[in-house]
Amino acid sequence: MAQCVTAFKSMLQARLLEEKLASLYRAGGRIVGGVYIGKGQEAFSAGLAVHLEKGKDVYGPLIRDQAGRLAFGEPLLDTFRTYLGVITGPMRGRDGNVHRGRPREGMPAMISHLGSLLSVVNGMLFARRLQGRLGDSVGATSLGEGGTSTGAFHEALNQAAIEKLPVIIAIANNQFSYSTPNSRQFACGDLLDRARGYGVQGYAVDGTDLTACVSVFSEAVKRARAGGGPQLVVGSLLRLSGHGEHDDSSYIPDQVKSSPLGQDCLPYAESQLKASDLITDEEVRKWKDEFLMEIDAALAQASKEPTPDPFRENWRALSTAGLVEGQFEA
Amino acid sequence: MSMTYLEAIREAQYEALRTHPSVFLYGQDIAAFGGAFKATKNLSKEFPGRVFDAPISEDAMVGLAVGAAIEGARPIIEMQFADFSTCGFNQIVNQAATLYWRTNTSCPITIRLPSGGTAGSGPFHSQSMESLYAHYPGLVILTPATVEDAYWMLLDAVELDDPVIFCEHKFLYYHLKADQIGERTLPIGKARIVRPGRHATVVTYSAMVHESIRAAEELQKDGYQIEVVDLRSVKPMDTDTILASVARTGRILCVGEAFPWGGVTAEVIARVSSEAFHLLDAPPMRLNAKDTPIPYHPNLWKSHRPTSSSIGDALRRLLRY
Repeated sequence: MAQCVTAFKSMLQARLLEEKLASLYRAGGRIVGGVYIGKGQEAFSAGLAVHLEKGKDVYGPLIRDQAGRLAFGEPLLDTFRTYLGVITGPMRGRDGNVHRGRPREGMPAMISHLGSLLSVVNGMLFARRLQGRLGDSVGATSLGEGGTSTGAFHEALNQAAIEKLPVIIAIANNQFSYSTPNSRQFACGDLLDRARGYGVQGYAVDGTDLTACVSVFSEAVKRARAGGGPQLVVGSLLRLSGHGEHDDSSYIPDQVKSSPLGQDCLPYAESQLKASDLITDEEVRKWKDEFLMEIDAALAQASKEPTPDPFRENWRALSTAGLVEGQFEA
Repeated sequence: MSMTYLEAIREAQYEALRTHPSVFLYGQDIAAFGGAFKATKNLSKEFPGRVFDAPISEDAMVGLAVGAAIEGARPIIEMQFADFSTCGFNQIVNQAATLYWRTNTSCPITIRLPSGGTAGSGPFHSQSMESLYAHYPGLVILTPATVEDAYWMLLDAVELDDPVIFCEHKFLYYHLKADQIGERTLPIGKARIVRPGRHATVVTYSAMVHESIRAAEELQKDGYQIEVVDLRSVKPMDTDTILASVARTGRILCVGEAFPWGGVTAEVIARVSSEAFHLLDAPPMRLNAKDTPIPYHPNLWKSHRPTSSSIGDALRRLLRY
């Protein structure tokens, strides 16, 4: 249950951080591109990542995984540095917002093409096994229900199953892929059919319920570590925001919002943990104050840091300098 | 003892596996079966646990290679035919090709593409994809035309810290033989003048090098000395060698087996036109396959792609100007 508290703190921190990002977006000027938040998906995201160990496991987060990123140990500064595009961040202004990561530290940086990250995580685990250093480490990645319609997802899930890789795939079924409802996204009765179809262990969970998420991912990660192969977890929930901050999500009907899917996981987790005497009002207040201070400090620091200079950029897409045209070695 | 172009590719993979513990092979039917063309024959026996059959999932094959490269491996991926690499296109151009630039993480993967036409292979087992991949930043595109280049350039590809699209020509697999593999000569990125001349330059690569040499030999009978430049790598492209040749001859024909719209030949002509316009005695010419899918029947196929005869005709037009 200690993991529930850790996960809750990441959820709270992520919510406050994303509120800051959204307000920066609305204010205009500071953030160049869009802002993509994970409001409503924090329990499902952190519920997975809280079981992973940075430096040992692989975590390939996707668009709505701020909470998971924090639970895994991504520095707060990476978020601001990437959104602001400063050169001190991991992406150095070359990519932005949620497209960030540190691949060599076990955190690949997502590209926008959905489903394509899973085979990369597979490859990281595959290589570790080949090199004899997989041990009981696992890989985890996430995707929305819409991403499960891609060929890339199906190929990679099948690949993971064939290779019996220790990978956990979190499918956040948030009912809408951008604006497209599930009725136009898939026709199977249950997304767990995706797991069954490939001989993969599947789990369903209420994605708005933190303790349920922590518990189901605990089981999935444990089985993956023990050699049980890929584990696919489908969480039912609702995105409590637009696709990005530019999107008012007016296509989500009120009856869906007021259904159990629309339950906000953050206050629900808070009440659950308080009822179990795991946290107190005072602690939550204290954490909020701390997180807000950390967020402001990180933003202030990233804001002071240099933005990229096109005249200093080396404009080099190859790591082998001698092969860049116009820069041949003599 | 002679070695074919195909055997050179197998031998290079043998050598890569032998000398680099981080190399592994992944592709369809490549383990016990030894690959559709037998380019990996016996390698799974000689290197147990390092040659893997892949499901028919080109996207996931390349994605796995990128992930493995992040962890320090140097995978060689075999596409069964270059044509099928379109199913892994996204992972190649968006995942592999952007990894270094986005994340400062090098991506040492080699993707072997059995390329180009052979009689009777039809629209989906004959394609030349080099232009498509060369369009994207972050990839190195190699197009060996000789047995020695097939060997050494494949080893070079494995040793490079960048993703390499290795376009090996199926027509050369069995036709081309060498008595022995000599020492490594030219580095990646350098073109080779395979035949010196002074009346016109043919810039070409891969199987078209041999068609162009035959055309040059034919024109020799009429007293024309045609210089033939083998690009070897289309990206990076050795513009200096091309321009130096044009400076000597004043005339250029660029020949490629790929489709005509855009592509490698257009790139060569664009560079020559903009950087060496003053050296030209005639408008630069290019010759490609026809702008249709690649036909099945040999009668059609032979007319679809450039041959020594159509290259010879083009050269005569170029020389008449």
